Amino acid sequence: MISSRFSKLLSWSYLAALYGFIFLPVAVLVLFSFQDGRLPVPPFNGATLKWYGEVFSDSRLMSALTNSLMVAIGSATVACVLGFCAAYGLARFVLPASRLQRGLLIAPMTVSYLIIALGLLTTFNWLGVSLSLWTVGIGHVVINLPLCFAIIYASMGDHQKNIERAARDLGAAEWQVMTQVSAPMLMPSILAAFFLSVTFSWDEFIIAFLLSRFDVTLPVEIWSMLRSGLNPKTNAVGSVVFLVSVALLLILELIVFRRTAKK
Amino acid sequence: MTAPVSIRNATKIFGDFTALDDISLEIAAGEYIVLLGPSGCGKTTLLSLLGGFLSPSSGTIEINGKDMGDVAPAKRPTTTMFQDYALFPHMSLRDNVAFGLKMRKVGKAERHAKAEELLDMVGLKTSANKKPHELSGGQRQRVALARALAVEPDVLLLDEPLGALDLKLRRQMQDELKAIQKRVGTTFVHVTHDQEEAMAIADRIVVMNAGRIEDVGSPENIYMQPKTIFTASFMGEVNFIPGTFESATDSTISVKTSLGTVELPEFECRGFAPGASVTLAIRPEHFRASTGTGPRITLGKAKVEDGSFFGTHHRAHLSPLDYPNMTITAHMPQSAIIEPGAWVELTLDPTSVVVLHGHPPRPTPESAAP
Amino acid sequence: MATASLETRENRRAWGFVTPAMLWTVAFFVIPFVVMAAISLATRKGREIVMAWNFDNYIEFFEKAHLLKGLFVSLEITFTVTIISVILAYPLAWIIAERVPQKWQRMALIMAILPFWTSYVVRSYSWLLVLAQNGVINNTLVYLGVISEPLELASTRTATVIGFVHFFVMLLTLTIYANLVQMPPNYRRAAADLGANGFQVFWHVVLPLTLPGIMVGAFLTFVLCIGDYITPQILGGNNELALPQVIMLQLGRRADFPMAATLSIILMVVVTLAYIACARWLKMERT
Repeated sequence: MISSRFSKLLSWSYLAALYGFIFLPVAVLVLFSFQDGRLPVPPFNGATLKWYGEVFSDSRLMSALTNSLMVAIGSATVACVLGFCAAYGLARFVLPASRLQRGLLIAPMTVSYLIIALGLLTTFNWLGVSLSLWTVGIGHVVINLPLCFAIIYASMGDHQKNIERAARDLGAAEWQVMTQVSAPMLMPSILAAFFLSVTFSWDEFIIAFLLSRFDVTLPVEIWSMLRSGLNPKTNAVGSVVFLVSVALLLILELIVFRRTAKK
Repeated sequence: MTAPVSIRNATKIFGDFTALDDISLEIAAGEYIVLLGPSGCGKTTLLSLLGGFLSPSSGTIEINGKDMGDVAPAKRPTTTMFQDYALFPHMSLRDNVAFGLKMRKVGKAERHAKAEELLDMVGLKTSANKKPHELSGGQRQRVALARALAVEPDVLLLDEPLGALDLKLRRQMQDELKAIQKRVGTTFVHVTHDQEEAMAIADRIVVMNAGRIEDVGSPENIYMQPKTIFTASFMGEVNFIPGTFESATDSTISVKTSLGTVELPEFECRGFAPGASVTLAIRPEHFRASTGTGPRITLGKAKVEDGSFFGTHHRAHLSPLDYPNMTITAHMPQSAIIEPGAWVELTLDPTSVVVLHGHPPRPTPESAAP
Repeated sequence: MATASLETRENRRAWGFVTPAMLWTVAFFVIPFVVMAAISLATRKGREIVMAWNFDNYIEFFEKAHLLKGLFVSLEITFTVTIISVILAYPLAWIIAERVPQKWQRMALIMAILPFWTSYVVRSYSWLLVLAQNGVINNTLVYLGVISEPLELASTRTATVIGFVHFFVMLLTLTIYANLVQMPPNYRRAAADLGANGFQVFWHVVLPLTLPGIMVGAFLTFVLCIGDYITPQILGGNNELALPQVIMLQLGRRADFPMAATLSIILMVVVTLAYIACARWLKMERT
C-alpha cells in the first residue's frame, strides 16, 4: 500500500512538473505583456494595457494579421477541396498505381518546409514570377494538401461506400453523390482537415518568409519585431495570437470533435 | 492441474448496481461448468471474480481450498481465455503460447517445446512462427486456448470464447473444447449466452439472471425440468399456460387452466398450496400425435394457423378451441401435412409437463406468436 | 465491345477527381524539387547562376568544415531532442492514460498541447524571455542571491534543445497516448493472468505495442527538428549554426542559390534515410 501511495505521489509530481515546464514560457509571455515598463522580464512593475494598444494601432501588424487570415483561409479551402476530391477518387475507385499516387500526394508531408520553400523560391525565380501573398498561398496549399488528403482518406470507410452505392442506385449522379452524400457524411473529418490547415498556415513561418516580399504574414512581421530584442509589445502580439489560436482550438473541439465523439 | 472451486455468498456491487447478489456455487475438480445467461446477468462478473480481475464486495472464493482474497491474477491457479482472445499481436504463436512459461522463468528450449506440444494439440503446430493477424478466427481461438493451458492452470476460465465465430465453426469448436477438457482434466468455467452451446458442452449448467443463480443442473435437467419460468424460457422455445393450482392427491395434482383442468402425475413435491398461481411449461416438441403408447393427456382441440418446415420437424402455430386468443407453438412430425384451418388434438405425455411457480411476465417473448 | 465497360467509364471519372490534386503536387512540389536538384549542380558566377552540371557543390560541402559542421550540429541536436522528448513524454502519456480519471483525460491532453497553439516564432521568443541574460531565470536567481553573475543560458545549444523539447514533448505525448488508449485492456490482463509482474507486463507487452506510437512521434520530431530554422536561430544564436541556418545564410548574405539547393538536397537525403529506418512503423492504413 505504501508503494502504491508513493507511486501515486510520484505520478502527480511528474505530471505537475511537466505541465509546469509546458506552461512556463506561455505564462511568462502573457504575464509580461502587461508589464508597465520597457522590459518584459522580472521584476513585474505593474499592469498596463499600453502594449496591447500599441499592437492594435500598429498598421503594419494589423495588415500582416489580415494577410495571414486571408492566406490561411484561402489555402486551407483549396487544400481541402483538392484533398477531398483526391481522397474520393482514390478511396472509391480502383485506379492503376493507386499506392504510388497516394505516396506522391502524401510525400510533401515528409519533406521539411524549408526545402519546399527553397524549391518553390528557385522555381519562381527561374520563371520570373514575382513574390506575393499568392506565392505564399501556393506554398501553404502544398504543405496542407497531404494533410487534408490523409485525414479525409482515412475517414472514408468501406461501409460508406455502400451508402454511396445506394445513392447511385437511387439515381444520383456522381456530383450529387459527392455533394449530397459523401461530403456531408465526411463533414467532421473535412472540417478537422480545414481547421488544422488554417492553423498550420496561420503559424507557418519559413515558407511565408521566403516566398513573400512586400506584403507579409503575421509570423514574418513578428520575426522582424524580434530584431528589437525583448519587448513587451512582442509579448502582447504573441498573447493575441495565442488567444486567437485557442479560440480556434475551442471551435474545433466543440464543433468537430464533439460531434465525431458522439457518433 | 485441476482443482475444485467454491464460491460462498459472493456479492459484487458497482456503485448502485448489484451485479452479483449473494452467489454460492460449488464446482468439482475436473468439471466443465457453463455459466449461462443473458447479457448483464452477472456471468462475466462472476468469471472476473474467479480470475482475480475484480474482487467481491463481500463473500469468499476458494480454489483448491485456499481463499483467493487479495491474490492477484498472476498468482492464482487460474488462467483466462479472453473473449477477444487478447493474443499479443507482436509475438509469434510460439511466443504467445510460451509467454506464461517465460514469466515463470522456464528455460527457452523447454518452454518452446511445451508451446509446440500445445500448438500441436490444437492442430496449429506448423503455424508456430506465424503472427496472430495471419490466422482465422477459429485458429486464434485455438491459440488462446493453448496459451491459457500452457501454464497448466487448475482452473481455466473461458469468457464467451466462441462468441466471435460463425455458427458452423462454433459447433465444431464446442466439440474440440469438450474433448480437450476431458483430455487435460482441468476444471473449465465457461461463460456464454448461447443455450445450445451450453447444453452441447457442459457437465453442469448454471443459469444466471439479474445477478442471481436461477438454476443449476445437468443440461438434461435444466432443459426438461427447469425450476423457474426464466430458465424454462431461456433454454429454448416453450409454451406457457398460466393456471391455478387446485388440489393434490398422493399420486396426482390438478391444475385449472384456460384450457380446462389438467391432471398431472406428482413426481416431486414443490409445495404448492391450493389456489396458488402456477404455470404449465410445455416444449413444442412434446406435443405428439394421439397415436402411440404410454400415458397421455389432452388439452383439447386446436386449429392450425400456419406452419413452416424446419427439416427435422414442422413448426406450427395453433389456436386452441377453448381459448382462441392463446397461441401454442408445436413441433409436428416431418411427415405431417400442415394445412392452415385443420384441427388437431393437443395430446401430450403428462410427465413432460413442468409445473412452475407464478405466472410469466407478459408478453413473454418465447410464448408470443412471432 | 463497342462501348467501354462500366468499370472503364467509372475509372475515367475517377481520374477527374484525382487529377487536380495530382497536378498541384507535380507543379508545386515535384517540379520545384527537380529545379532545385538541377540548380544544385550549377555554380555561381558573381550574381549569375551558370548551369555547370557537375557535383562541385557536393564536393565543396564535404570539404568545407563550416558546411559539414552544420549537418553534424543538426544531427546532434535532433538526436538529443528526440531522445529527451521520448523519455519525458512517455511517462506523461502513461500517467494521463492510467492515472488521470477518464473524464479528465481529454482535458489533460488539451492542456498539454495548449502552448502548441501559440505562434511558433512566439514560442521560441517566450523561451528567450525565460533564458535571456536578463530573463526570468537569471533575474530570479540573482534576486534570490543564488548567483551573482547571470548565467549564459540563451544563445547556447542547451537553449535550442530546451525550446525543441518543449515543442516535441507535446507532440509525442499525443502519439504515445493515442497508442496507449488504443491498446485493448485485455492484452495487459492476459499478460498479468499468465503470471507477468508489473514490469514484465510493461516490458513484454505494453512497450512493444506502443512502439509504433513512439516511432511515429520520433520520426515527426526528427523531420520537424532537423529542418527547423527558427528555434536554433532565436535560441541558439550564431555561436554554432545548424544546417537550416547555414542554408539561410547562403540565401541571405551570399545569394548562393546553388549551395543552398545542395544543402537542401543533403537535408532531404538525411530525412529520407530516417524515413527508411522508421518505415515499417509509419504505414498509412485506411480504417
